[in-house]
Amino acid sequence: MEAPRDDGQAAASRSKLTAELTDAALVARCREGDDEAWRELVERFSRYVYAIALQGFRLPAHDAEDVFQDVFARVYERLGSLREDDAVRPWIAQLTRRLCIDRLRSGGREVGTDLEELADVPAEDVLTELEEAFDVHEALAALPENCREILDRFFAQDESYRTIGDSLGLPAGTIASRISRCLEKLRGAFEGRKGPAVPSSEQVT
Amino acid sequence: MSNYDAERLARLIGMLPPAPEGWVQAAQELPAARGEIDQIVARAQADAEFRAALLADLETALQAEGFEPQPRVVNELRRLLADE
Repeated sequence: MEAPRDDGQAAASRSKLTAELTDAALVARCREGDDEAWRELVERFSRYVYAIALQGFRLPAHDAEDVFQDVFARVYERLGSLREDDAVRPWIAQLTRRLCIDRLRSGGREVGTDLEELADVPAEDVLTELEEAFDVHEALAALPENCREILDRFFAQDESYRTIGDSLGLPAGTIASRISRCLEKLRGAFEGRKGPAVPSSEQVT
Repeated sequence: MSNYDAERLARLIGMLPPAPEGWVQAAQELPAARGEIDQIVARAQADAEFRAALLADLETALQAEGFEPQPRVVNELRRLLADE
């Protein structure tokens, strides 16, 4: 079953993974009972949790939804016990993985304790790529609004040049060239965050 | 040479599509729902009959006591009751 998708406008309005607060600052505010911070925390990590469940573990949509809600319910309950506020992201990732595995187990599939042994569990490189994708989205969030929106709508929300162009009042050709320019900006921003790129042959393993 | 050419960046952006609006909204509304959930759980802890009714048929028991059995609340209660 295919997971339900948003209409573009609604998704676009909440596609801005805001970079104003660090994870640690956001967690601290949530712990103080700031509901707006909680909304932001859900917004910030919702795509990540969704992708781990759906792409990483290939859960059907109804199971993925249960896991999604369960993850945030547990985060809400246990935020106070998080030892390092800036470790919220790996904590959420680990929680999501564990709940996905629990869901697979409850579905009667053979699931061992070692991730590598599991036929229905993603290879580590898929989850690593999702982390990398999160990093790219963080860099994207720091770009100007016009770049952020157009790249997200085209690549993450799969909207056509025409759909984007119609909503922004721009010709399709302008959308194409803007996407190209914005990808260049993103590359600069992303590599700036990560430091100098290292050729794969020189990476430390 | 960069490891992150346009094609790779595009693919990585595409790996994180938005979660469905309803899912996100339900999670964002958790603090509001939590007040009602806490109230129901406290009542279940104090009233064995109510607790038994919840375990037998959650939605019906909630409705009988005047609570709106919203999916967010029902799912969360189901989880909490199962954890106990």
